[in-house]
Amino acid sequence: MNTTEIIELISIEVTINGQRYQREVEPRLLLVQLIRDELGLTGTHIGCDTTYCGACTILLNGDPVKSCTVLAVQADQGDVMTVEGLEQNGELHPLQEAFSEHHGLQCGYCTPGMLMSSYALLSSNPAPNRKEIRKGVAGNLCRCTGYHNILNAVDAAAEKMRGK
Amino acid sequence: MYPAPFRYHRAGSVDEAISLLSELGDEAKPLAGGQTLLVWMKLRFDQPSDLVDLGRIPELSYIEHDDAEVRIGALATHRRIASSPIADIIPSVRDCANGIADHQVRSRGTIGGSLAAGDPSCDWPPLLHTLDAEVLCKGPGGERSIDINDFIEDLYATTLQEGEIVTGIRFKRPAANSAGAYVGFKRCAPAYPTATAGVQLALADGDICEDVRIALGSVGLTPIHATGAEAELRGKALSEENIQKAAEAAVAAADPVDDQRGSPDFKRAVLGVLVRRAIGIAVRRCNGESVENSHEYY
Repeated sequence: MNTTEIIELISIEVTINGQRYQREVEPRLLLVQLIRDELGLTGTHIGCDTTYCGACTILLNGDPVKSCTVLAVQADQGDVMTVEGLEQNGELHPLQEAFSEHHGLQCGYCTPGMLMSSYALLSSNPAPNRKEIRKGVAGNLCRCTGYHNILNAVDAAAEKMRGK
Repeated sequence: MYPAPFRYHRAGSVDEAISLLSELGDEAKPLAGGQTLLVWMKLRFDQPSDLVDLGRIPELSYIEHDDAEVRIGALATHRRIASSPIADIIPSVRDCANGIADHQVRSRGTIGGSLAAGDPSCDWPPLLHTLDAEVLCKGPGGERSIDINDFIEDLYATTLQEGEIVTGIRFKRPAANSAGAYVGFKRCAPAYPTATAGVQLALADGDICEDVRIALGSVGLTPIHATGAEAELRGKALSEENIQKAAEAAVAAADPVDDQRGSPDFKRAVLGVLVRRAIGIAVRRCNGESVENSHEYY
Protein backbone atom coordinates (compact mmCIF):
# COMPACT_ATOMS: atom_id res chain seq x y z
CA MET A 1 0.00 0.00 0.00
CA ASN A 2 1.12 3.55 -0.75
CA THR A 3 1.87 4.90 2.73
CA THR A 4 0.96 8.46 1.78
CA GLU A 5 -2.57 7.36 1.03
CA ILE A 6 -5.10 8.59 3.57
CA ILE A 7 -6.81 5.74 5.32
CA GLU A 8 -10.45 6.17 6.13
CA LEU A 9 -11.12 6.42 9.86
CA ILE A 10 -13.64 4.06 11.39
CA SER A 11 -16.21 5.18 13.94
CA ILE A 12 -16.38 2.92 16.97
CA GLU A 13 -18.23 2.85 20.28
CA VAL A 14 -16.79 0.97 23.24
CA THR A 15 -17.93 0.74 26.84
CA ILE A 16 -14.99 0.74 29.22
CA ASN A 17 -15.56 0.21 32.95
CA GLY A 18 -19.18 1.19 32.46
CA GLN A 19 -18.50 4.42 30.56
CA ARG A 20 -19.33 4.73 26.88
CA TYR A 21 -16.74 6.21 24.50
CA GLN A 22 -17.14 7.09 20.83
CA ARG A 23 -14.01 7.64 18.72
CA GLU A 24 -12.92 7.85 15.09
CA VAL A 25 -9.93 5.54 14.82
CA GLU A 26 -7.37 4.41 12.30
CA PRO A 27 -7.96 0.70 11.49
CA ARG A 28 -4.48 -0.21 12.73
CA LEU A 29 -5.00 1.31 16.19
CA LEU A 30 -4.63 -1.46 18.76
CA LEU A 31 -7.13 -1.78 21.59
CA VAL A 32 -4.36 -1.20 24.15
CA GLN A 33 -3.42 2.03 22.40
CA LEU A 34 -7.03 3.18 22.41
CA ILE A 35 -7.23 2.46 26.13
CA ARG A 36 -3.90 4.05 27.08
CA ASP A 37 -3.21 6.79 24.55
CA GLU A 38 -6.66 7.93 23.44
CA LEU A 39 -8.55 7.45 26.71
CA GLY A 40 -5.71 7.93 29.20
CA LEU A 41 -6.37 4.73 31.14
CA THR A 42 -2.72 3.88 31.73
CA GLY A 43 -3.31 1.10 34.27
CA THR A 44 -3.18 -1.39 31.39
CA HIS A 45 0.51 -1.95 30.56
CA ILE A 46 2.32 -2.87 27.37
CA GLY A 47 5.07 -5.39 28.08
CA CYS A 48 6.30 -7.53 25.21
CA ASP A 49 3.84 -6.22 22.59
CA THR A 50 3.93 -9.68 20.94
CA THR A 51 1.11 -11.66 22.68
CA TYR A 52 3.47 -13.29 25.16
CA CYS A 53 3.59 -11.53 28.49
CA GLY A 54 -0.04 -10.71 29.27
CA ALA A 55 0.68 -7.33 30.92
CA CYS A 56 -1.98 -5.81 28.63
CA THR A 57 -4.70 -8.30 29.64
CA ILE A 58 -8.19 -6.80 29.85
CA LEU A 59 -11.66 -8.32 29.69
CA LEU A 60 -13.50 -7.97 26.38
CA ASN A 61 -17.14 -9.05 26.67
CA GLY A 62 -16.15 -11.01 29.77
CA ASP A 63 -13.22 -12.88 28.21
CA PRO A 64 -9.62 -12.15 29.13
CA VAL A 65 -7.70 -11.02 26.04
CA LYS A 66 -4.31 -9.53 25.30
CA SER A 67 -5.25 -6.01 24.21
CA CYS A 68 -1.98 -5.60 22.25
CA THR A 69 -3.35 -8.23 19.85
CA VAL A 70 -6.86 -6.89 19.28
CA LEU A 71 -7.65 -4.02 16.93
CA ALA A 72 -9.73 -1.22 18.42
CA VAL A 73 -12.17 -1.69 15.52
CA GLN A 74 -12.65 -5.33 16.58
CA ALA A 75 -13.84 -4.10 19.98
CA ASP A 76 -16.55 -1.89 18.41
CA GLN A 77 -19.80 -2.20 20.42
CA GLY A 78 -17.87 -4.23 22.98
CA ASP A 79 -17.79 -4.13 26.76
CA VAL A 80 -14.28 -3.70 28.16
CA MET A 81 -13.08 -3.94 31.75
CA THR A 82 -9.61 -2.73 32.66
CA VAL A 83 -7.73 -2.81 35.97
CA GLU A 84 -9.24 0.62 36.78
CA GLY A 85 -12.65 -1.08 36.85
CA LEU A 86 -11.74 -3.34 39.79
CA GLU A 87 -11.91 -0.68 42.49
CA GLN A 88 -15.48 0.17 43.49
CA ASN A 89 -16.44 3.34 45.44
CA GLY A 90 -12.89 3.87 46.64
CA GLU A 91 -12.63 0.30 47.95
CA LEU A 92 -9.99 -2.02 46.56
CA HIS A 93 -11.22 -5.26 45.03
CA PRO A 94 -10.45 -8.34 47.19
CA LEU A 95 -7.90 -9.40 44.57
CA GLN A 96 -6.10 -6.06 44.86
CA GLU A 97 -6.14 -6.31 48.65
CA ALA A 98 -4.80 -9.86 48.53
CA PHE A 99 -1.97 -8.94 46.12
CA SER A 100 -1.00 -6.21 48.59
CA GLU A 101 -1.33 -8.35 51.73
CA HIS A 102 0.50 -11.34 50.27
CA HIS A 103 3.17 -9.32 48.47
CA GLY A 104 2.05 -10.71 45.11
CA LEU A 105 4.23 -8.24 43.25
CA GLN A 106 7.66 -6.69 43.28
CA CYS A 107 8.12 -4.17 40.46
CA GLY A 108 4.38 -4.23 39.74
CA TYR A 109 4.62 -4.08 35.96
CA CYS A 110 2.80 -7.37 35.33
CA THR A 111 0.27 -6.75 38.13
CA PRO A 112 -2.62 -5.21 36.12
CA GLY A 113 -2.57 -8.19 33.75
CA MET A 114 -2.23 -10.66 36.63
CA LEU A 115 -5.23 -9.07 38.33
CA MET A 116 -7.39 -9.23 35.21
CA SER A 117 -6.50 -12.86 34.45
CA SER A 118 -7.16 -13.76 38.10
CA TYR A 119 -10.46 -11.89 37.98
CA ALA A 120 -11.49 -13.88 34.87
CA LEU A 121 -10.44 -17.13 36.54
CA LEU A 122 -12.42 -16.46 39.73
CA SER A 123 -15.47 -15.34 37.73
CA SER A 124 -15.73 -18.77 36.12
CA ASN A 125 -14.21 -20.84 38.94
CA PRO A 126 -14.70 -19.36 42.45
CA ALA A 127 -12.76 -22.15 44.18
CA PRO A 128 -9.77 -23.04 41.99
CA ASN A 129 -7.11 -25.45 43.22
CA ARG A 130 -3.43 -24.58 42.97
CA LYS A 131 -3.05 -26.16 39.53
CA GLU A 132 -6.08 -24.30 38.19
CA ILE A 133 -4.69 -21.01 39.51
CA ARG A 134 -1.36 -21.74 37.80
CA LYS A 135 -3.18 -22.47 34.52
CA GLY A 136 -5.36 -19.39 34.95
CA VAL A 137 -2.37 -17.03 35.08
CA ALA A 138 -0.14 -19.08 32.74
CA GLY A 139 -0.54 -16.40 30.05
CA ASN A 140 0.95 -13.75 32.33
CA LEU A 141 4.69 -13.56 32.81
CA CYS A 142 6.30 -12.12 35.94
CA ARG A 143 10.05 -11.65 35.92
CA CYS A 144 10.37 -10.71 39.62
CA THR A 145 8.41 -12.84 42.01
CA GLY A 146 8.81 -16.44 40.96
CA TYR A 147 4.99 -16.53 41.10
CA HIS A 148 4.58 -18.08 44.56
CA ASN A 149 3.14 -15.02 46.25
CA ILE A 150 0.93 -14.32 43.24
CA LEU A 151 -0.61 -17.78 43.59
CA ASN A 152 -0.97 -17.24 47.34
CA ALA A 153 -2.72 -13.92 46.70
CA VAL A 154 -5.21 -15.42 44.22
CA ASP A 155 -5.90 -18.25 46.64
CA ALA A 156 -6.52 -15.81 49.50
CA ALA A 157 -8.73 -13.56 47.35
CA ALA A 158 -10.82 -16.54 46.25
CA GLU A 159 -11.37 -17.51 49.86
CA LYS A 160 -12.29 -13.95 50.84
CA MET A 161 -14.71 -13.60 47.90
CA ARG A 162 -16.41 -16.90 48.73
CA GLY A 163 -16.95 -15.68 52.29
CA LYS A 164 -18.84 -12.58 51.13
CA MET B 1 4.08 -1.43 17.69
CA TYR B 2 1.68 -0.43 14.94
CA PRO B 3 0.99 -2.63 11.95
CA ALA B 4 1.54 -0.91 8.59
CA PRO B 5 -1.56 1.03 7.49
CA PHE B 6 -4.38 -0.95 5.95
CA ARG B 7 -8.02 -0.42 5.02
CA TYR B 8 -10.63 -2.17 7.15
CA HIS B 9 -13.83 -3.85 5.96
CA ARG B 10 -16.31 -5.72 8.12
CA ALA B 11 -18.05 -8.59 6.37
CA GLY B 12 -21.61 -9.40 7.40
CA SER B 13 -21.75 -12.77 5.68
CA VAL B 14 -19.51 -15.37 4.04
CA ASP B 15 -20.62 -14.26 0.58
CA GLU B 16 -19.88 -10.62 1.34
CA ALA B 17 -16.41 -11.60 2.62
CA ILE B 18 -15.67 -13.57 -0.54
CA SER B 19 -16.80 -10.80 -2.86
CA LEU B 20 -14.80 -8.21 -0.90
CA LEU B 21 -11.65 -10.37 -0.99
CA SER B 22 -12.08 -11.05 -4.72
CA GLU B 23 -12.61 -7.38 -5.44
CA LEU B 24 -9.68 -6.18 -3.34
CA GLY B 25 -7.17 -8.61 -4.83
CA ASP B 26 -4.36 -10.69 -3.45
CA GLU B 27 -2.96 -8.07 -1.08
CA ALA B 28 -6.15 -8.21 0.99
CA LYS B 29 -6.41 -10.71 3.82
CA PRO B 30 -9.23 -12.15 5.90
CA LEU B 31 -9.05 -11.51 9.66
CA ALA B 32 -10.59 -13.95 12.15
CA GLY B 33 -9.40 -13.86 15.79
CA GLY B 34 -6.14 -12.20 14.77
CA GLN B 35 -3.96 -14.15 17.21
CA THR B 36 -1.51 -15.11 14.45
CA LEU B 37 -2.12 -12.48 11.78
CA LEU B 38 -2.01 -9.36 13.99
CA VAL B 39 1.26 -10.47 15.60
CA TRP B 40 2.77 -10.90 12.14
CA MET B 41 1.47 -7.56 10.99
CA LYS B 42 2.90 -5.79 14.03
CA LEU B 43 6.30 -7.33 13.31
CA ARG B 44 5.80 -6.18 9.67
CA PHE B 45 6.22 -9.75 8.40
CA ASP B 46 2.94 -9.13 6.66
CA GLN B 47 1.56 -5.84 5.30
CA PRO B 48 -1.85 -6.48 3.74
CA SER B 49 -3.49 -3.58 1.90
CA ASP B 50 -6.90 -4.44 3.35
CA LEU B 51 -8.29 -6.57 6.13
CA VAL B 52 -11.69 -8.17 5.69
CA ASP B 53 -12.94 -8.86 9.22
CA LEU B 54 -14.83 -12.15 9.37
CA GLY B 55 -15.23 -11.89 13.15
CA ARG B 56 -18.92 -10.99 13.16
CA ILE B 57 -20.19 -13.46 10.60
CA PRO B 58 -22.78 -15.35 12.63
CA GLU B 59 -22.96 -18.50 10.50
CA LEU B 60 -19.32 -19.53 11.12
CA SER B 61 -19.37 -20.14 14.89
CA TYR B 62 -21.17 -23.49 14.99
CA ILE B 63 -19.86 -26.50 16.94
CA GLU B 64 -22.13 -29.47 16.21
CA HIS B 65 -22.20 -33.23 15.93
CA ASP B 66 -24.52 -36.12 15.22
CA ASP B 67 -23.95 -39.88 15.40
CA ALA B 68 -21.87 -39.87 12.24
CA GLU B 69 -19.98 -36.60 12.04
CA VAL B 70 -18.47 -33.60 13.82
CA ARG B 71 -18.66 -30.14 12.23
CA ILE B 72 -16.94 -27.02 13.57
CA GLY B 73 -17.26 -23.53 12.07
CA ALA B 74 -14.09 -21.59 11.23
CA LEU B 75 -14.80 -18.92 13.86
CA ALA B 76 -15.21 -21.31 16.79
CA THR B 77 -12.59 -20.27 19.35
CA HIS B 78 -10.20 -22.74 20.98
CA ARG B 79 -11.83 -21.97 24.32
CA ARG B 80 -15.38 -22.69 23.12
CA ILE B 81 -14.26 -25.93 21.48
CA ALA B 82 -12.45 -27.01 24.68
CA SER B 83 -15.65 -26.64 26.68
CA SER B 84 -18.00 -28.08 24.04
CA PRO B 85 -19.61 -31.55 24.14
CA ILE B 86 -17.24 -32.56 21.32
CA ALA B 87 -14.31 -32.25 23.75
CA ASP B 88 -16.08 -34.76 26.03
CA ILE B 89 -16.77 -37.19 23.21
CA ILE B 90 -13.32 -36.92 21.60
CA PRO B 91 -10.76 -36.17 24.33
CA SER B 92 -7.89 -35.48 21.90
CA VAL B 93 -9.88 -32.42 20.77
CA ARG B 94 -9.78 -31.11 24.34
CA ASP B 95 -6.05 -31.97 24.65
CA CYS B 96 -5.40 -29.83 21.59
CA ALA B 97 -7.75 -26.91 22.30
CA ASN B 98 -6.55 -26.52 25.90
CA GLY B 99 -2.92 -26.92 24.92
CA ILE B 100 -2.93 -23.86 22.67
CA ALA B 101 -1.19 -20.87 24.24
CA ASP B 102 -3.06 -19.44 27.24
CA HIS B 103 -6.53 -18.44 28.38
CA GLN B 104 -6.31 -15.06 26.64
CA VAL B 105 -5.27 -16.41 23.24
CA ARG B 106 -7.75 -19.31 23.48
CA SER B 107 -10.52 -16.75 24.04
CA ARG B 108 -9.91 -15.12 20.65
CA GLY B 109 -8.01 -17.54 18.45
CA THR B 110 -10.10 -19.64 16.05
CA ILE B 111 -9.79 -23.08 14.50
CA GLY B 112 -10.14 -21.59 11.00
CA GLY B 113 -7.34 -19.11 11.64
CA SER B 114 -5.09 -21.85 12.99
CA LEU B 115 -5.56 -23.74 9.72
CA ALA B 116 -5.38 -20.84 7.28
CA ALA B 117 -2.11 -19.59 8.81
CA GLY B 118 -0.39 -22.67 7.36
CA ASP B 119 1.97 -22.45 10.33
CA PRO B 120 3.64 -25.76 11.31
CA SER B 121 3.59 -24.63 14.95
CA CYS B 122 -0.21 -24.32 15.06
CA ASP B 123 -1.83 -27.24 16.87
CA TRP B 124 -5.07 -27.87 14.98
CA PRO B 125 -3.55 -29.13 11.70
CA PRO B 126 -1.73 -32.15 13.24
CA LEU B 127 -4.71 -32.98 15.47
CA LEU B 128 -7.04 -32.82 12.46
CA HIS B 129 -4.65 -35.14 10.56
CA THR B 130 -5.23 -37.78 13.23
CA LEU B 131 -9.01 -37.42 12.72
CA ASP B 132 -8.74 -37.53 8.92
CA ALA B 133 -10.62 -34.23 8.68
CA GLU B 134 -11.77 -32.25 5.69
CA VAL B 135 -11.30 -28.48 5.50
CA LEU B 136 -14.44 -26.74 4.20
CA CYS B 137 -13.80 -23.72 2.02
CA LYS B 138 -15.81 -21.25 0.00
CA GLY B 139 -14.61 -18.89 -2.69
CA PRO B 140 -15.74 -17.14 -5.88
CA GLY B 141 -15.98 -20.59 -7.51
CA GLY B 142 -18.30 -21.96 -4.81
CA GLU B 143 -17.81 -24.44 -2.00
CA ARG B 144 -15.34 -27.30 -1.82
CA SER B 145 -13.77 -29.53 0.78
CA ILE B 146 -10.05 -30.24 0.94
CA ASP B 147 -8.48 -33.32 2.53
CA ILE B 148 -6.40 -32.18 5.52
CA ASN B 149 -3.42 -33.99 3.91
CA ASP B 150 -3.64 -31.66 0.92
CA PHE B 151 -4.44 -28.42 2.72
CA ILE B 152 -1.03 -27.16 3.92
CA GLU B 153 1.49 -27.49 1.11
CA ASP B 154 4.49 -25.61 2.45
CA LEU B 155 5.62 -23.24 5.18
CA TYR B 156 2.81 -20.68 5.65
CA ALA B 157 1.29 -21.82 2.35
CA THR B 158 -2.10 -23.47 1.94
CA THR B 159 -3.98 -24.61 -1.15
CA LEU B 160 -6.63 -21.89 -0.65
CA GLN B 161 -7.25 -19.97 -3.87
CA GLU B 162 -7.56 -16.19 -4.18
CA GLY B 163 -10.76 -14.99 -2.54
CA GLU B 164 -11.32 -18.35 -0.88
CA ILE B 165 -11.77 -18.66 2.89
CA VAL B 166 -11.95 -21.55 5.35
CA THR B 167 -15.55 -21.85 6.55
CA GLY B 168 -15.13 -24.87 8.82
CA ILE B 169 -13.93 -28.43 9.26
CA ARG B 170 -15.65 -31.78 9.51
CA PHE B 171 -14.64 -35.31 10.34
CA LYS B 172 -16.29 -38.67 10.94
CA ARG B 173 -16.80 -39.63 14.54
CA PRO B 174 -14.21 -42.21 15.58
CA ALA B 175 -15.48 -45.79 15.99
CA ALA B 176 -16.24 -47.09 19.48
CA ASN B 177 -12.94 -49.01 19.66
CA SER B 178 -10.92 -45.94 18.63
CA ALA B 179 -9.43 -43.16 20.77
CA GLY B 180 -6.71 -40.56 20.51
CA ALA B 181 -4.41 -38.20 22.32
CA TYR B 182 -2.57 -35.01 21.46
CA VAL B 183 0.45 -34.04 23.53
CA GLY B 184 2.92 -31.21 23.26
CA PHE B 185 5.86 -29.71 25.03
CA LYS B 186 6.45 -25.97 25.23
CA ARG B 187 8.70 -23.70 27.28
CA CYS B 188 5.82 -21.75 28.79
CA ALA B 189 2.10 -21.39 28.13
CA PRO B 190 2.18 -18.52 25.56
CA ALA B 191 5.09 -20.06 23.59
CA TYR B 192 4.59 -22.12 20.46
CA PRO B 193 5.37 -25.81 21.12
CA THR B 194 8.84 -27.28 20.83
CA ALA B 195 7.20 -30.42 19.44
CA THR B 196 3.77 -32.07 19.42
CA ALA B 197 2.44 -35.54 18.62
CA GLY B 198 -1.11 -36.62 17.84
CA VAL B 199 -2.28 -40.23 17.75
CA GLN B 200 -5.63 -41.83 16.96
CA LEU B 201 -5.76 -45.59 17.23
CA ALA B 202 -8.30 -48.41 17.08
CA LEU B 203 -7.81 -51.45 19.29
CA ALA B 204 -8.90 -55.00 18.51
CA ASP B 205 -8.54 -58.25 20.49
CA GLY B 206 -7.08 -56.58 23.56
CA ASP B 207 -3.78 -55.16 22.34
CA ILE B 208 -3.79 -55.40 18.55
CA CYS B 209 -3.60 -52.07 16.75
CA GLU B 210 -6.33 -52.35 14.14
CA ASP B 211 -5.68 -48.90 12.68
CA VAL B 212 -3.67 -45.82 13.59
CA ARG B 213 -2.96 -42.24 12.56
CA ILE B 214 0.09 -40.38 13.82
CA ALA B 215 0.82 -36.72 13.07
CA LEU B 216 3.56 -34.40 14.28
CA GLY B 217 3.62 -30.62 14.79
CA SER B 218 6.36 -27.98 15.12
CA VAL B 219 9.07 -30.35 13.84
CA GLY B 220 9.19 -29.49 10.13
CA LEU B 221 8.06 -26.91 7.59
CA THR B 222 4.56 -28.42 7.58
CA PRO B 223 2.63 -30.72 9.90
CA ILE B 224 3.94 -34.23 9.29
CA HIS B 225 1.76 -37.29 8.72
CA ALA B 226 4.07 -40.00 10.09
CA THR B 227 3.07 -42.93 7.84
CA GLY B 228 6.28 -44.84 8.63
CA ALA B 229 5.45 -44.76 12.33
CA GLU B 230 1.91 -45.96 11.59
CA ALA B 231 3.29 -48.94 9.64
CA GLU B 232 5.22 -50.06 12.74
CA LEU B 233 1.92 -50.45 14.60
CA ARG B 234 -0.88 -51.22 12.15
CA GLY B 235 -2.05 -54.82 12.46
CA LYS B 236 0.50 -55.53 15.19
CA ALA B 237 0.51 -55.96 18.95
CA LEU B 238 0.99 -52.75 20.94
CA SER B 239 4.10 -54.10 22.63
CA GLU B 240 6.80 -51.94 24.21
CA GLU B 241 9.06 -52.92 21.32
CA ASN B 242 6.59 -51.93 18.57
CA ILE B 243 5.74 -48.65 20.31
CA GLN B 244 9.47 -47.88 20.51
CA LYS B 245 9.87 -48.65 16.80
CA ALA B 246 6.95 -46.35 15.97
CA ALA B 247 8.49 -43.55 18.05
CA GLU B 248 11.81 -44.00 16.26
CA ALA B 249 10.10 -43.92 12.85
CA ALA B 250 8.26 -40.73 13.84
CA VAL B 251 11.50 -39.11 14.93
CA ALA B 252 13.08 -40.14 11.61
CA ALA B 253 10.22 -38.44 9.73
CA ALA B 254 10.75 -35.17 11.60
CA ASP B 255 12.94 -32.44 10.20
CA PRO B 256 13.13 -29.85 12.98
CA VAL B 257 14.89 -26.50 12.56
CA ASP B 258 17.35 -24.98 15.01
CA ASP B 259 15.65 -22.07 16.77
CA GLN B 260 15.02 -20.55 20.19
CA ARG B 261 12.80 -23.51 21.05
CA GLY B 262 15.76 -25.88 20.91
CA SER B 263 18.30 -27.64 18.73
CA PRO B 264 17.15 -30.29 16.24
CA ASP B 265 18.60 -33.02 18.49
CA PHE B 266 16.72 -31.71 21.52
CA LYS B 267 13.46 -31.53 19.55
CA ARG B 268 13.92 -35.10 18.28
CA ALA B 269 14.54 -36.33 21.82
CA VAL B 270 11.40 -34.56 23.06
CA LEU B 271 9.38 -35.83 20.10
CA GLY B 272 10.22 -39.48 20.78
CA VAL B 273 8.93 -39.13 24.34
CA LEU B 274 5.78 -37.35 23.15
CA VAL B 275 4.93 -40.04 20.57
CA ARG B 276 5.29 -42.81 23.16
CA ARG B 277 3.24 -40.82 25.65
CA ALA B 278 0.47 -40.09 23.11
CA ILE B 279 0.24 -43.78 22.16
CA GLY B 280 0.07 -44.72 25.83
CA ILE B 281 -2.75 -42.26 26.57
CA ALA B 282 -4.65 -43.30 23.42
CA VAL B 283 -4.48 -46.98 24.45
CA ARG B 284 -5.72 -46.19 27.97
CA ARG B 285 -8.58 -44.16 26.50
CA CYS B 286 -9.41 -47.01 24.10
CA ASN B 287 -9.76 -49.13 27.22
CA GLY B 288 -12.32 -46.72 28.62
CA GLU B 289 -10.05 -44.91 31.05
CA SER B 290 -10.52 -41.16 31.50
CA VAL B 291 -7.09 -39.50 31.16
CA GLU B 292 -6.58 -35.80 31.74
CA ASN B 293 -3.91 -34.47 29.39
CA SER B 294 -2.66 -31.23 27.91
CA HIS B 295 0.61 -29.66 26.74
CA GLU B 296 3.43 -29.83 29.27
CA TYR B 297 5.40 -26.73 30.15
CA TYR B 298 7.73 -25.64 32.92
